Amino acid sequence: MHLSTEFGVWVAAFLTIGITSFLYKDNPFYKFCEALFVGISAGYWFVSLYFQNLLPKLFDNLGITRMLGLSEDNGAIQNILAGQWDERIWYVLAGILGLMMLMRLFPSIGWISRWPLAVVVGSTSGLYMITYFQSNFLSQLQKTVIPLIDLNKISALAAGGSLDNYFAAFLGNLVLVIGTLTGLAYFYFSKEHKGAFGFSAKIGIYFLMVTFGASFGYTVMSRMSLLIGRLYFLFGDWLGLIR
Amino acid sequence: MKREIPLILTAVVGLTFVVQFFVPHYPLGFMADMFSDWFSIIAACAIWLGALNLLKISLNKIYKKDKDRFYAVVTIISFLLIVIAGFFFSGGRRFQEPGTSFDWLYINVYSPLSATMFAMLAFYVASASYRAFRARNAQATILLLAAFVVMIGRTPFSDWLSGVFFLPEGWQISNLSNIIMNFFNVAGQRAIMIGISLGLISTALRVILGIERTYLGGD
Repeated sequence: MHLSTEFGVWVAAFLTIGITSFLYKDNPFYKFCEALFVGISAGYWFVSLYFQNLLPKLFDNLGITRMLGLSEDNGAIQNILAGQWDERIWYVLAGILGLMMLMRLFPSIGWISRWPLAVVVGSTSGLYMITYFQSNFLSQLQKTVIPLIDLNKISALAAGGSLDNYFAAFLGNLVLVIGTLTGLAYFYFSKEHKGAFGFSAKIGIYFLMVTFGASFGYTVMSRMSLLIGRLYFLFGDWLGLIR
Repeated sequence: MKREIPLILTAVVGLTFVVQFFVPHYPLGFMADMFSDWFSIIAACAIWLGALNLLKISLNKIYKKDKDRFYAVVTIISFLLIVIAGFFFSGGRRFQEPGTSFDWLYINVYSPLSATMFAMLAFYVASASYRAFRARNAQATILLLAAFVVMIGRTPFSDWLSGVFFLPEGWQISNLSNIIMNFFNVAGQRAIMIGISLGLISTALRVILGIERTYLGGD
């Protein structure tokens, strides 16, 4: 057993045990770690978003960092004062909208935050409408409309290719096409699920059940992998029992 | 003023993104880039709003001498600690580089806390599944079987189990797990994704045209 001598590892081990202690029951040690997590997370994003978004996109573009001596590049304010038009001056509106968002902290004038919210909702709608149409709708349809019988592969078969591989590819494509079409039939509610259509919708449910089961299993395994990582940290990095 | 201007803003920004896809030239291209930056700036302010609201609620708890006020103090101190470390003791824009105090807090406090929080979900999911999952009908049985094969198939235990039942080459549990993930799961996910995208496109259109207004709230 080789206990770690690093202070950071001891802090991390203490916090890991604190969160895990909830498995026994809710206790002050867990509550302390939980409160710490909330504060640290909020602070982490507070700082990260300042340096990653506000500083380069707002303060640098406007030239506020230049005015404070934190940057050597001219911003919109410096260019305009030098008599040169700079379109980045429009970013001042983003700054005002950002401040308007903070007005939600004061209930009497909280409605002002609707303006920046409208920009966020508009951007998300416009952007997602196009990207989802391209990546989720068209591209998924394109990947589903595939040849079930590939003549090139049959030629390869005649030249001594593997029969198993050919049938595996054929069955795989068949499952993809039937699964997607019947799954979509299940989601189509404008027609009653009866007769041949009802039958295909029923097949679709079975495909969806396999999907839900697979997603569930996959999620559980990813959480297990995180748990193994934490145990490995405790018994390896901290206690030195695993090398 | 309270509703009309937000509706106009939503329509202008939304349409700019849609139209600039088809006409990616000046001024629409510039406007879309600018609105994208505006989005990031406002989103950053929204996160700031959340953090400041957290401080407000925590300070309220202390002021009202709530029974959990000690934890509110912990939240405020930890928040201030990482903020001060990030802004004043981590080299400004290089705040995430290895060796800075912000990075130390990330590696030794934030990372273990978040990883353990998510790892704990394994126990909660196992407990909830034990209580809720029952093979009552064919559909539920298929769901359970798929979950079981995917979970077992991703561990070394599946090879041992396949050996015990003398499963032939290509039909071992790990292979079945891969077949489920690569074909059956993909087919179902595709149907779901196509459905989601159709719903999202129609909702986005309703929002841009001002038909959907629930995001503006009451009054």
